[in-house]
Amino acid sequence: MDFLIFQVPMLTLQATLDGILLGILFALIAYGMALQWGVMNIINIAQGDLVILGGYIAYFMYLWGIHPAWGVIVSPFIMYFVGVGIYKLVINKVVDRDLFISILATFGISILFMQLMNFAFGADVVLANSGYGTTMLFDNSVTLPNSKIFSAFISIVFAIGLVVYMKKSKLGRAIRATAQNARAAKILGVDTEKVYAATFGINAALCGVAGALISITFTIHPYMGLPYTIRSFMIVIVAGLGNLPGVAMSGMGLGVFEEFADYILGTEFRIGSVFLLLVLILVYRRFKLSRKREYLK
Amino acid sequence: MKINKIILSFISAIALLLSTSVTSFAKVVGDKIVLGSAISLTGKYSSNGVHTQNGYNMAVDRINSMGGVKVGGKTYKFEIIYYDDESNPKRAAQLAERLISQDGVEFMLGPYSSGLTKAIAPVTEKYGVPMVEANGASRSLFTKGYKYLFAVLAPANLYLDVAIDLAVEKNGGKPVKIAQAFEQDAFSQDVRLGILEAAERTGSKIIIDDKLPKELNDMAATLAKVKAVKPDVLVVSGHTKGALTAIRQIAEMKVDVPMLAMTHCDAAKLSKQHGKNSEYALCASQWHKTLSYKDKFFGNGMKYAADFEKEFKYDPPYQAAESSAALLVFKDAFERANSFDKKKVRDALAATNMQTFYGNIKFAAGGQNVDKPMVLFQVMCNADGSKCENKVVAPTKWASAKLIHPIPSWSER
Repeated sequence: MDFLIFQVPMLTLQATLDGILLGILFALIAYGMALQWGVMNIINIAQGDLVILGGYIAYFMYLWGIHPAWGVIVSPFIMYFVGVGIYKLVINKVVDRDLFISILATFGISILFMQLMNFAFGADVVLANSGYGTTMLFDNSVTLPNSKIFSAFISIVFAIGLVVYMKKSKLGRAIRATAQNARAAKILGVDTEKVYAATFGINAALCGVAGALISITFTIHPYMGLPYTIRSFMIVIVAGLGNLPGVAMSGMGLGVFEEFADYILGTEFRIGSVFLLLVLILVYRRFKLSRKREYLK
Repeated sequence: MKINKIILSFISAIALLLSTSVTSFAKVVGDKIVLGSAISLTGKYSSNGVHTQNGYNMAVDRINSMGGVKVGGKTYKFEIIYYDDESNPKRAAQLAERLISQDGVEFMLGPYSSGLTKAIAPVTEKYGVPMVEANGASRSLFTKGYKYLFAVLAPANLYLDVAIDLAVEKNGGKPVKIAQAFEQDAFSQDVRLGILEAAERTGSKIIIDDKLPKELNDMAATLAKVKAVKPDVLVVSGHTKGALTAIRQIAEMKVDVPMLAMTHCDAAKLSKQHGKNSEYALCASQWHKTLSYKDKFFGNGMKYAADFEKEFKYDPPYQAAESSAALLVFKDAFERANSFDKKKVRDALAATNMQTFYGNIKFAAGGQNVDKPMVLFQVMCNADGSKCENKVVAPTKWASAKLIHPIPSWSER
């Protein structure tokens, strides 16, 4: 019974594919977090709550009879302005302070968002039905819901779009310049205030896309944001800042890791194992760092 | 000197205010019996908290308008003081303390959920305040030896064991293979215990036994395992999230099981959110409007449902019905005790033996209702899936439709 996954080869394939599709979605959320962490040195605890809010936008479109897949266009648009709003109200006051202050501030925003969403949308678990079917492989022994494939595809499109935008556009260049050296960028005429606001907005927009996809693929609930924050935090820690291929790879790795942990350790340890992995990686990084220092001596 | 005087007069003013407010809120004021309840109006239980409150209010209005409660030759009316516990057990316990020691409430109505009831029960027990609760089904509530706790609902371990019996019956009396996934909370784990007992009783084997973390909204791995091992019955309990996630992913992954048994289908508005995909799911319910129980206040289940719908504009879930029943129990106990003495009312509650529209009510020594079986309904839809209904299929005594078994495979649906 135990380790069923190794007895049935199709399950291994199923778990790997499920993990990769899930991981691509995680990577999108993590990409937003890495961007804003790199540019503004802010770890956004409210990341997951922005995701859920984006999900609600798609859900309400679904209620109004619009296909929720349009949420991936509408939701980031609205969320961009939510992000800029949060920046103008709170983040611009903590952006130059140390990391601890900004973690506290975003933690506060996270709690506020949870309660507001609960107040406004109610405590019911909701979902948006896309009506997409299922892709069956190998005589129905491996099933991939089309909604998951759609999610992964859209995530990739947005991620690539953003990379190109960062490389080519004027704002993208300004964002990268600010990330490298905010002071020098300012001297050279970059309006860093505007860049920060835009960065926060773009991050929120990415969360909006991810949220819309989650409402189509899974379920949403006002209090469900934190696991998404943790996962994206972890992906960024593993990949490092400004390392986009790393974020994509570690996202998929985490997705597959979660699926396999589910089969091998049991479902109850699925999220727990993510935390454990986070601790192990932090310890390992610290260990590596201390070795490096010794070497330098 | 002058400041001291001001402070002194300020303090005495507050003291005066407090003393008057305490007396004005005492248990029985004039012709009013004041009940207290901490209830989840905000936070994660707020939707079910509101169902509970609506159920209480509906019964209070009905009893008051039909003559109230007669004690010692005088007629009294019910009134409830509510506080919002924010779905937080610590807050709930504080509010119970406040209701009893500050507001002087001597009779309590339960909150929503097993967890919050667990937090409040030690407080009511400490003060010897009788509490009739309608929304805490966890078995652990009834094994602590509480003397002042009474629950009108059947305990959680009885929710789905009927389904196992049904599966065995359909299997020609032979043991079945069970796959199960339960959330890690007091209630769902009690449901699980019931299944374990049923499995032992029938000699059935549990081949998958997953525990779902409460943050999880993805059951793909569990369901892939189910697909691989092909059990006779799949049991899922994880509040509304569990029910919604399970149905979505079972449909998407085309998981074929002969029987699917769940909890919280009506709270999750399963058939509304999922339509035809939810068809054939078996759901445990404390109550269903088509059951033929009767009382003189609400008539029967159908009438209750119609009246509730008229007042609150939605179909009553069982959470509302059982909450209304709690008030009927209190009224009955007050009249039999013919007193407002807490001890006497408690003894009268313990001796309750009555029928309400919600079901028969008779308390065991632990406080749980032992006279009302759970019912199982099955979601049944019309051909195009535009309209789905919950039809009672077990126990046979109450069945309004025949169980469809096994569930047709996805390739035929």
